[in-house]
Amino acid sequence: MARNKHTALKDHLRELMLFQRRTVAAVIVTVVLTVVLVGRMVYLQVINHDHYTTLSRNNRVNIVPIAPTRGLIYDRNGVLLAENVPSYSLEIVPERVPNMAKTLQGLRKIIDISDDDIAHFKDMLKRTRRFEGIPLRFRLTDKEVARFAVNRYRFPGVDIDANLSRHYPLGPLAAHVVGYVGRINERELRKLDSSNYSGTSHIGKVGVERSYESVLHGEVGYQQVETNAQGRVLRVLQRTPPTPGDNLYLNIDVKMQAVAERAFGDNDGALVAIEPKTGAVLALVSMPSYDPNLFVNGLDAKTYKKLSTSPDRPLFNRAIRGQYPPGSTSKPFTALAGLELGVIKPSDEIFCPGYYKLKGEQRKYRDWKKNGHGHVNLHKAIVQSCDVYFYELAQSLGIDRLHDYLHTFGFGRKTGIDLDGELPGLMPSRQWKRRTQHQPWFPGETLITGIGQGFELATPLQLSNITATLANGGHRMQPHVVHAEQDPDSGAMHIIPPDVLATIPKVRQSDWDDVKHDMHDVVHSIYGTARRISHNLKYTVAGKTGTAQVFGMKQNEEYNEEDIAKKLRDHALFIAFAPVDNPKIAVGVIVEHGGGGGSVAAPIARQVMDYYLLHSPEAHHVSNRQQPTSSTQRQRH
Amino acid sequence: MSLIDNSRLLPRSGNGTEGAGLAQRLHLDMPLLIGLLLLSGLGLVVLYSASGQDTDMILRQALRLALAFSVLLVVAQVGPDTIENWSPWLFGLGLALLIAVLVLGDIGKGAQRWLDLGLFRFQPSEIMKVAVPMMIAWYLSESTLPPNRLRVLAAIVFILIPTLLIAKEPDLGTALLVGSAGAFVLLFAGIRWRVVLGGLILLAASAPLAWHFMHDYQRQRVLTFLNPENDPLGAGYHIIQSTIAIGSGGLYGKGWLNGTQSHLDFLPERKTDFIFAVFSEEFGFLGVMLLLALYLFVIGRGLYIATQAQDTYSRLVAGSITLTFFVYVFVNVGMVSGLLPVVGLPLPLVSYGGTSMVTLMAGFGILMSIHTHRKLLAT
Repeated sequence: MARNKHTALKDHLRELMLFQRRTVAAVIVTVVLTVVLVGRMVYLQVINHDHYTTLSRNNRVNIVPIAPTRGLIYDRNGVLLAENVPSYSLEIVPERVPNMAKTLQGLRKIIDISDDDIAHFKDMLKRTRRFEGIPLRFRLTDKEVARFAVNRYRFPGVDIDANLSRHYPLGPLAAHVVGYVGRINERELRKLDSSNYSGTSHIGKVGVERSYESVLHGEVGYQQVETNAQGRVLRVLQRTPPTPGDNLYLNIDVKMQAVAERAFGDNDGALVAIEPKTGAVLALVSMPSYDPNLFVNGLDAKTYKKLSTSPDRPLFNRAIRGQYPPGSTSKPFTALAGLELGVIKPSDEIFCPGYYKLKGEQRKYRDWKKNGHGHVNLHKAIVQSCDVYFYELAQSLGIDRLHDYLHTFGFGRKTGIDLDGELPGLMPSRQWKRRTQHQPWFPGETLITGIGQGFELATPLQLSNITATLANGGHRMQPHVVHAEQDPDSGAMHIIPPDVLATIPKVRQSDWDDVKHDMHDVVHSIYGTARRISHNLKYTVAGKTGTAQVFGMKQNEEYNEEDIAKKLRDHALFIAFAPVDNPKIAVGVIVEHGGGGGSVAAPIARQVMDYYLLHSPEAHHVSNRQQPTSSTQRQRH
Repeated sequence: MSLIDNSRLLPRSGNGTEGAGLAQRLHLDMPLLIGLLLLSGLGLVVLYSASGQDTDMILRQALRLALAFSVLLVVAQVGPDTIENWSPWLFGLGLALLIAVLVLGDIGKGAQRWLDLGLFRFQPSEIMKVAVPMMIAWYLSESTLPPNRLRVLAAIVFILIPTLLIAKEPDLGTALLVGSAGAFVLLFAGIRWRVVLGGLILLAASAPLAWHFMHDYQRQRVLTFLNPENDPLGAGYHIIQSTIAIGSGGLYGKGWLNGTQSHLDFLPERKTDFIFAVFSEEFGFLGVMLLLALYLFVIGRGLYIATQAQDTYSRLVAGSITLTFFVYVFVNVGMVSGLLPVVGLPLPLVSYGGTSMVTLMAGFGILMSIHTHRKLLAT
């Protein structure tokens, strides 16, 4: 180990020599690489100097993005719902403008430009390359175009640009489904692929326009253009065309949608119709609606305020975001829970004196029928919507089993529809109450959950999808608004396949048949709460009515007495599917402050079912859509 | 051989002026310091033009430079022995922080790095730029050089771990610097050329593998480099515009503040990674030659300091830091002029931004410490 001084010194010397040899090598490599750099500089700055000078000074070569054409939206029968119409916009290339403030001021004198337009323009100014055009105003009128053309010499760097603008030919019809596009805002800009959106000024804001943005948008193209010193395009050198976005075909039948919207009359509310086998959304109504065309190019502050503060809330999509107590419409599912879990048999009878009391409690939980229904079995309980029967059933089930079963069915969970912003509703449980309210669960709360009141909330979409699940034998389908994507060039259709999210375990087929039969009698028997719609009915319907109590006014504004009276009226609900043996359509309806489900909500559902089963193109040929699951799979459960 | 050079190690009686004496007392190496100051000054001049004559920005950059030079001054006061003893600890700390970044998740990745370039880039990878050469030099100088196979293998592992961690962040530019800093130590330690050649071949062979692990934007950059016309709206745009800027500068340049490419906003990232294009456009070929000459002077001085160092550790560290500085310059100029793919490395001392400047100056502080703490060899 110990080395003598001599070897140590020898090692040291050897190391130093080695290092110096390596340093020489390093110097050589460094010099060679530097020569490479110098060579590159000679090539660029000396040999090709003229070429690059031309590029940089005389004629500027600009690269201009070309926005792809946005995909069109059709309904299931090919009716156009969203199109692109040619329009003119005013564009400014900042680097060509000698004095921006003066230019804007001058432009405002000849063309109507709002403060919003200016604010938006200044926003864009900060985040765009200075040689790229920024739109100032969209959809100029012919007059404005002419007036600008005459004055154009006064405004260097400002030009009229012909482009395509989104238009919704049917206006408010199905606006909550289709949605609308609007100018890209700052927050969206940060999330976007800036290269692909470099030519795009609008983006889907709500509805299908938003949830299918990536499909509808397409891929940007670009062209190399030669411009003169003033920035006017002299000629196009090279062009790479953009790839247009895909067209969409919706499952919505817009004629049926119109029937449904008309059926609401002046009422506010929502309706969702679903094909049980596939989860295809046939109609999705939220009333009142609004004109989506207003939003495309920005609406003025006054109109927006009117829309957003209206007590009817036209911008609010009740179908997927409105959460209402399901009321008695939840009873068939509670009944099914009782049957399948062996808590009741269909023949079991209870006595309904018009109220129910918990042991040791004085409080009376009342039936809607003051004098009671007398002796009640399951059939009568559903047909006449006896509350006491379901108090007792809920009490026997207990909240835990009730919650678990209804949650499996779809209460309190998102349906997964292909629209953004869906709310999950609420299926309360002990854990939920402890977590959110820090309180234990009280027995009385189990009772009112049994009749769909209390904490329980559901969206119209959920009610419709849950009904579809019952109708199709327990397959919880993912609702699809969009039926297919179409390549606009080849016309090839890509059909979105139905998607089974879950299948409800089935203990006895007879339980399901019983509940469906009872729902059939809700409509078809003379005691049924929805018997009114059975008149002249040409097919069989299974339904269930419901009423949801409105506890108080949410708005603080002043209304006249008549309005207040209406605000305090109960919400009317109705769920149904038809025909009973071979369900083709499931509907969930809610009419806000409509009063009784049987008298107000059910007729709306009937009009929709009538149209679909008797008048629509679908009514004339058997649906050849794919079955959700194979029969072998079904037998396993 | 170092014995022969002993005379030079004595305090220089010939130029024992006030200035040199002060520099020696402050442990500063005058030629190196002057080179660095000239480069920084030139940087401020170009930045003034590139920023559109934004004095606030110049002030901020000057403050950063002041901070970086103070770090240099402080490091220079620490003796090389102390620095050597710190090496493994600094490396360990840096490694721990790197793993922390990895575990704590996706802080500062992707586009964010581009936006906040230089300001918010995470620190651990910066530490590694000096910690890796220090660690490898410390480890190899434990035994006689050239190192045996086992030591070489261990050193490669020490280099690869932080390099891969940084590449995973993903920060390819820094990973490249850290990896090459470590490799340079091995090179100076005298590993066989055969091994060097084998390593290079292995690296080239692993390129397809690297492609597999690359992020989309990294692949895009490579593709763009191969064919800039491919993506003229995105990354290709940078290269097209910067070559136009450089080429249109010509022999004498368009003159200070007169670069049209840069001032008309054709040139992206012109204050940071692409500032060399602004410089070339305005000062032309002759300006570029001056700039490259200054860089070569600093590199030459660094290598000189390395050859004059008295112990193995100092030599290896000084050599590696100097060559890494050259990698900075070569990669940046190569990428801006379209010779190399865009990897996102600043032009040292000239580009706007502070984080990497501090590490750079700490490295030069080590060089100065090595050169000014030399003692007479006891024979």
